[in-house]
Amino acid sequence: MLVRDLCKSFDGQVVLDGISLSVAAGELLSIIGPSGCGKSTLLRCLNFLELPDRGEVRMVGHALRRDGGRWRRADEASAHALRAQVGMVFQAFNLFPHRTVLDNVLLAPRVVKRAERGLARQEAMRLLDKVGLAAVAGRHPGTLSGGQQQRAAIARALAMAPRVMLYDEPTSALDPELAEEVLQVMRQLDAEGMTQLVVTHEMRFARAASDRIVFMDAGRIVEEAAPDQLFTAPTDPRTRRFLRQFL
Amino acid sequence: MIRLPLLAGLAALMLLLAGPARAEPLRWASDAQSGAPYVFHDPADQSRLTGFETDIMAALGPRIGMTPVFVQNDWDGLIPGLQRGLYDVVIDGIEITPEHQAAIDFSEPYYRTSERIAVRRDAVGLDSIPALRGHVVGTLKDTLSQRLLEQAGGIRLRSYDDEINAYSDLANGRLDAVMLDAPIALYYAVPDPRLKLVGGPIGALSYGIAIAKGRDALKARIDSGLDAMRRDGTLRRILQRWAMWTPEMATFTGDHSTEVLPPAAWQHWLQATRPVPGLRERMARYAGFLPLIGRAALMTLAVSACAMVLAVAWGLLLALARRYGSWPLRVSATAYIEIVRGTPLLIQILFIFYGLPSLGVRLDPFLAGVVALGLNYAAYEAENYRAGLQSVPHGQMEAALALNMTQGQAVRHVLVPQAFRFVVPVMTNDFISLLKDSSLVSVITLTELTQAYVRLSTTYYDYLGTGLLVGGAYLLLGLPFVRLARVAERRLAAGQVRAARR
Ligand SMILES: Nc1ncnc2c1ncn2[C@@H]1O[C@H](COP(=O)(O)OP(=O)(O)O)[C@@H](O)[C@H]1O
Ligand SMILES: [Mg+2]
Repeated sequence: MLVRDLCKSFDGQVVLDGISLSVAAGELLSIIGPSGCGKSTLLRCLNFLELPDRGEVRMVGHALRRDGGRWRRADEASAHALRAQVGMVFQAFNLFPHRTVLDNVLLAPRVVKRAERGLARQEAMRLLDKVGLAAVAGRHPGTLSGGQQQRAAIARALAMAPRVMLYDEPTSALDPELAEEVLQVMRQLDAEGMTQLVVTHEMRFARAASDRIVFMDAGRIVEEAAPDQLFTAPTDPRTRRFLRQFL
Repeated sequence: MIRLPLLAGLAALMLLLAGPARAEPLRWASDAQSGAPYVFHDPADQSRLTGFETDIMAALGPRIGMTPVFVQNDWDGLIPGLQRGLYDVVIDGIEITPEHQAAIDFSEPYYRTSERIAVRRDAVGLDSIPALRGHVVGTLKDTLSQRLLEQAGGIRLRSYDDEINAYSDLANGRLDAVMLDAPIALYYAVPDPRLKLVGGPIGALSYGIAIAKGRDALKARIDSGLDAMRRDGTLRRILQRWAMWTPEMATFTGDHSTEVLPPAAWQHWLQATRPVPGLRERMARYAGFLPLIGRAALMTLAVSACAMVLAVAWGLLLALARRYGSWPLRVSATAYIEIVRGTPLLIQILFIFYGLPSLGVRLDPFLAGVVALGLNYAAYEAENYRAGLQSVPHGQMEAALALNMTQGQAVRHVLVPQAFRFVVPVMTNDFISLLKDSSLVSVITLTELTQAYVRLSTTYYDYLGTGLLVGGAYLLLGLPFVRLARVAERRLAAGQVRAARR
């Protein structure tokens, strides 16, 4: 996955100021940075929930380039094709409260891919089993703990067989022990070779599980390095100041 | 050989079948709610149409080789309906005046009469127009009586839509006198022990059968039929049965026969409408209303339910167009909603029933009622659904889009089902309002509860008892939905508590 020179502003306020990034297949990349620096916006631009003003996003044979023009129907089609490769997990889970956990996982394959019911169900149960939720497949999301809900959300995203997973502060709404359940699933996916981009404040997780860490500030990438190097020898003073809060 | 009688029989049968079918229908309209003795429902049997004009039409049809077919229409809609071609003629005590003749043609008169003054039994004087100066006098709007009273000057005039209200206001002391056509006075003032007629006949007026302009052949046919009825005594016999044969009519028709028929129809009316003193008798009479009220309640329910289905479907489309449509769609949906919500429902109903036929769209009363109510409520439902869609957190749409659904798929599978729970309580309440607003379609001749109320109360002079009965019917109809709304509200509240705890 390749991102080149991504720019985005909201009503004149620049939020992303020329982000370039490349992510190798199977990599787990953590994105850290102070709140409001544009991490969520970057993630949302990668699957076009937010439309970047300029720049390019490329991914396994798909590319979408923006140069400040209007968003056209053709762009919408490319965005749709690109999104098929990307799964996303939100801080607030955003599960569909009116459907059971199993139906949450089933819905998109059935609606978007018109998957055959029996097969889709089998696959959904396999994914729920993988995230440890097979036993609660028939329950409604509102009756589950936060950790269970976030794992259900991961299973739901995986059901569309994405090549890349994006996580926007997946554990910020969770107590530490519940967060651990979720991080455990992400580690497992990493072991299976999934490409993952994680916006997180879990420094211990970032340090232990990431292949690489990106530090952002004010809409720019300030520093990117292997975890140990970034944590032990940050080169930029802003990185140092940021990391000091977590000591 | 054996077949011959069979064939002959068949031929005879076909002739028999073809015979009545050959007689053209004569579609005649009247307002059976406007009261005795013109065209009305027999108080003793609400399913039977009666009245001296009903008898005239029944006698006239065969004479001119036509089959009379009654069409009910509201008084105010009678002439517009005639002009729209909803039926061939109108007969409902319509006075032959130059103003009316400008809009429609009339047959030769079938009845001539005058105005009569009614006062309370204890009143003195007030027996002529000059004596009425300085007093409050009631009459019907657009009548000879109204014109005479206006010309006199100095009279405080109250114009009513309905003779019953005028006489009941007279009995209650709100009016000092009522001046109306003699047949009305005969059927409403004379039987009332609190009232009496004073003075003699005033003025002269003629009733004619109204025919659309340009239908000269039909007019000629009707005139020849009426003429035959005058000459062979048919008209006299009908009017004698209704106690309406007068010396004036004898002069007008030249029928000076000495034959006297008992006023059977008039006595039947007196008998059926006499105030019942005993509670038991009163209850028996109310019990007799129940079949009509039951049928009317079913009609109210049917119109409301069909209208609600239309409102739900159309309202959802409007809400989606307004929230997710391209800009022309958005603007059109918004304009529709604002126009419909900004204009009275009654006008919309009249527009659809009477206005659309001039554009070539002719709906029967049931369909017109359903369409008018449905299109109206759709605007309110649309706003309800829009609020429902807005109540679904933004993250739901994003999650669906991130799962590679299109916006349409997201709306259909994720947003609408969640919005639905939110809108059910409001929708149920709207349905209850719709049940009540359906009373407005009584103006387009549908016999639903409100029309049943008007019909029964004007026949029996009993607004209280029938009002309680019909009001009770509305409450009964609404009750299940009131309960449903409560359950739905509780569910929604419980759902929100659960969501908040999360
Ligand atoms: N839809 C939006 N409209 C206007 N401003 C926005 C919008 N989304 C984000 N922003 C602004 O962009 C900046 C970056 O936001 P965000 O990407 O959420 O930061 P982070 O996730 O790093 O905390 C913030 O100042 C925020 O107020
Ligand atoms: Mg954020």
